[in-house]
Amino acid sequence: MGFISYLIDGISLGSVYALIALGYTMVYGIAKMLNFAHGDVIMIGGYTVYTIVSTMGLSPWLGMAASVVVCTVLGVAVEKIAYKPLRMASPLAVLITAIGVSYFLQNMGLLIFTASPKAFTSVVSISNIKLADGALNISGVTLVTIITCIIIMIALMFFIKKTKAGRAMVAVSEDKGAALLMGIDVNSTISLTFAIGSGLAAVAGFLLCSAYPTLTPYTGAMPGIKAFVAAVFGGIGSIPGAFIGGILLGIIEILSKAYISSQLSDAIVFLVLILVLLIKPTGILGKEIHEKV
Amino acid sequence: MAILEVNNLSISFGGLMAVNDFGLNIEEGQLYGLIGPNGAGKTTVFNLLTGVYKPDQGRVILDGKELTGKNTIEINQEGIARTFQNIRLFSQLSVLDNVKVGLHNDYTYSTIEGILRLPRYKKTEKLMTERAMELLEVFGLADEAEYLASNLPYGKQRKLEMARALATNPKLLLLDEPAAGMNPNETAELMENIKFVRDKFKMTILLIEHDMKLVAGICEKLTVLNFGKVLAEGETSAVLHDPKVITAYLGE
Amino acid sequence: MRDKKLNKTFKNNLITYLIVIISYALVQAMILSGNLSSLMQGLLVPICTYVIMALALNLVVGVLGELSLGHAGFMCVGAFSSAFFSKLTLEAIPNAGLRFFLALLIGAVCAAIFGIIIGIPVLRLKGDYLAIVTLAFGEIIKNFINVMYVGKDSNGFHFSIKDVASLNMEDDGLVIINGAQGITGTPTDSNFTIGVLLILFTLFVVLNLTNSRTGRAIMSIRDNRIAAESVGINITKYKLMAFAISAGLAGIGGVLYAHNLSTLTALPKNFGYNMSIMFLVFVVLGGIGNMRGSIIAAVVLTLLPELLRGLSDYRMLIYAVVLIAMMIFTSAPSMIEYREKIMAKFGKNKVSKEAE
Repeated sequence: MGFISYLIDGISLGSVYALIALGYTMVYGIAKMLNFAHGDVIMIGGYTVYTIVSTMGLSPWLGMAASVVVCTVLGVAVEKIAYKPLRMASPLAVLITAIGVSYFLQNMGLLIFTASPKAFTSVVSISNIKLADGALNISGVTLVTIITCIIIMIALMFFIKKTKAGRAMVAVSEDKGAALLMGIDVNSTISLTFAIGSGLAAVAGFLLCSAYPTLTPYTGAMPGIKAFVAAVFGGIGSIPGAFIGGILLGIIEILSKAYISSQLSDAIVFLVLILVLLIKPTGILGKEIHEKV
Repeated sequence: MAILEVNNLSISFGGLMAVNDFGLNIEEGQLYGLIGPNGAGKTTVFNLLTGVYKPDQGRVILDGKELTGKNTIEINQEGIARTFQNIRLFSQLSVLDNVKVGLHNDYTYSTIEGILRLPRYKKTEKLMTERAMELLEVFGLADEAEYLASNLPYGKQRKLEMARALATNPKLLLLDEPAAGMNPNETAELMENIKFVRDKFKMTILLIEHDMKLVAGICEKLTVLNFGKVLAEGETSAVLHDPKVITAYLGE
Repeated sequence: MRDKKLNKTFKNNLITYLIVIISYALVQAMILSGNLSSLMQGLLVPICTYVIMALALNLVVGVLGELSLGHAGFMCVGAFSSAFFSKLTLEAIPNAGLRFFLALLIGAVCAAIFGIIIGIPVLRLKGDYLAIVTLAFGEIIKNFINVMYVGKDSNGFHFSIKDVASLNMEDDGLVIINGAQGITGTPTDSNFTIGVLLILFTLFVVLNLTNSRTGRAIMSIRDNRIAAESVGINITKYKLMAFAISAGLAGIGGVLYAHNLSTLTALPKNFGYNMSIMFLVFVVLGGIGNMRGSIIAAVVLTLLPELLRGLSDYRMLIYAVVLIAMMIFTSAPSMIEYREKIMAKFGKNKVSKEAE
């Protein structure tokens, strides 16, 4: 039973990674940039919930809604202020700017909430579920996280396949110039992508903090990097890839913590990433690109 | 004797036969043209000859040596050099350094000697510069030796590519549309350059070209490619008057 | 024509060397006249380390044209291998100079070997994929050192990835690497003067390499891989060579860093991916491929937070804003256009066509 409970924990952590990775992968697909600051949006989302629920004593539902709104606005604002002027610049310049934004958000958090960890009150009030005569104990957070991730994933696929805005996103990521010629508003499509990505990061943020309830200005950094790894793992730019990559990463991390070494779990995660890329250089579901001679 | 011998070379991409049973014989010192409508597979032939693509079947023999299955670097060392249809220069290097990269394998010293500036570094670099300047002189590029390659005008970039290819001291030079984008004056000058290179370096040249004035003006023999297959081959004037060739170009 | 070009490169390089030497003299004068706070003095060796790291990384990013986010890992290898050596031979080699020289060799060679081991599989990946894989390797190296226990007793070396007790040493055993506690008691053999000498050495290697046959081959791969192959350049060999040399130089940075501290630990703040990113920031802000720029950026950006210390809590926030503003100012197409317009107004728009 131990194995199954670890597996479920892994899927739950992986769901969080998947939600963050979706933001990474969508932004990469559409703006061809690595948004290094994406992980820090999680932290901002976490602090928003903390402020509303723990400091102001209001309802968790209000906290979650506010968190999604704050992160969405933040994501769009960052894109407009910092990334948009650099849209035609070299990828490295954009990468460094994203790093600057990441520093900015972290230090903003540091300034307002200080470095001392805050105890996060879980937004999930469902009690644990006992299965198989109590041998298998699944926490409410775990269950909610997995279900939320699946619902979001389905909704996102539906949005992209069936709505005009979703198809515009696909068009812009395939060929920006052609999309422009077809009358698609590229600017608002990019804004929408950042909005969705950041909104998902907010959801990931309060789910992550509910499961691991300490909140510091650096809370988002490592999950951000891991989600980035998950996105690459699944094939960056691919939405199902981000989902698969995230889930696999979560499972690998929890299982290696449980069975190999808790200190080496990060190393193992990274090692698996390297092995996958060596076998399939563009990730599990990534498209191969050939250069024409 | 033939310096280049190609027999039933074929490659397909996803079921489409891009080059089908292609054959070619070029004598030493010949100026040979490969022509055909757009999409006939001419550049694919170059990519097969230089190892960019591996042929599904067929053989390539250069100066009696089997080249089939070798990679680009080995093929260059065996003696085939090329230029590209879409110019590929080392854009952030100077014109001179572009040619010096071409001299890389013939003029050597170790990395350590280079870092420590040992005598062999100085001697070799001097020889390289001399040789590179000679080549630039041939194409009238000597005055621009210190320019960044990307700052050269279009016509001169094409010439620099030829100079760089020649720097590898090849037996066979492949030119992929050398006159593309040139005005009539530049093309006339290029024709002189190509003939000069052939005569001075006793070079064998195979070129792809759409400019029929250039082809008729300098090529001694032609092969016409259509839908990946050889449509006609022989003396230039005979091929150009072949009704089959005219139809392929002008349509029915 | 030829002489002009040679002179120009030579002059450019000379200026870079001179900037380093003059800065060194100025700092020494400030120390002697008591005008440099002890806080600043403590920063001197780290600054030298960061300059070396920026130069080493610029070889990969600027000259080879590939992105690495794992250079802190190579620095970590250099630091730990050399500190290991120095602690082990503390008594056997009493001469600090000789010991440090050997430590340098060991650190550089170990880091270069790691560069080759990592380079062989990963250098066929491109762009962002290479970036994430190098980041991953850097983290793996840091992670492994944190669980590594190495000791030595009369029977030889003992190794474990569990704890000190599992080393099973005799009573005379000496723990050299103590897991997350790292290496304590490293002789502090490095100082500011050595740091500057190592900067000059790194500069010498990078600049001379760039202006040689090997350097040209590396840059030809950066500019056009397919064309480089067509003239017979061995892509794998030169990519690997650039990567290994860069890793070796980063190892030297690590040796310098390690021998400035008596306790060496592999914490994220020393050797984590954030450090690799910081080195990349130096390289990009200093100008990709521009060695002088890397030096200046590394110094200025390391000092900036210290100079902003008066602003206490706001300093890192300002640093972040400065970073973003600088990137937009130097790289945004609209800004470049705007700058050119202003330059044209003052008649300074004579764009030299000559190759730098």
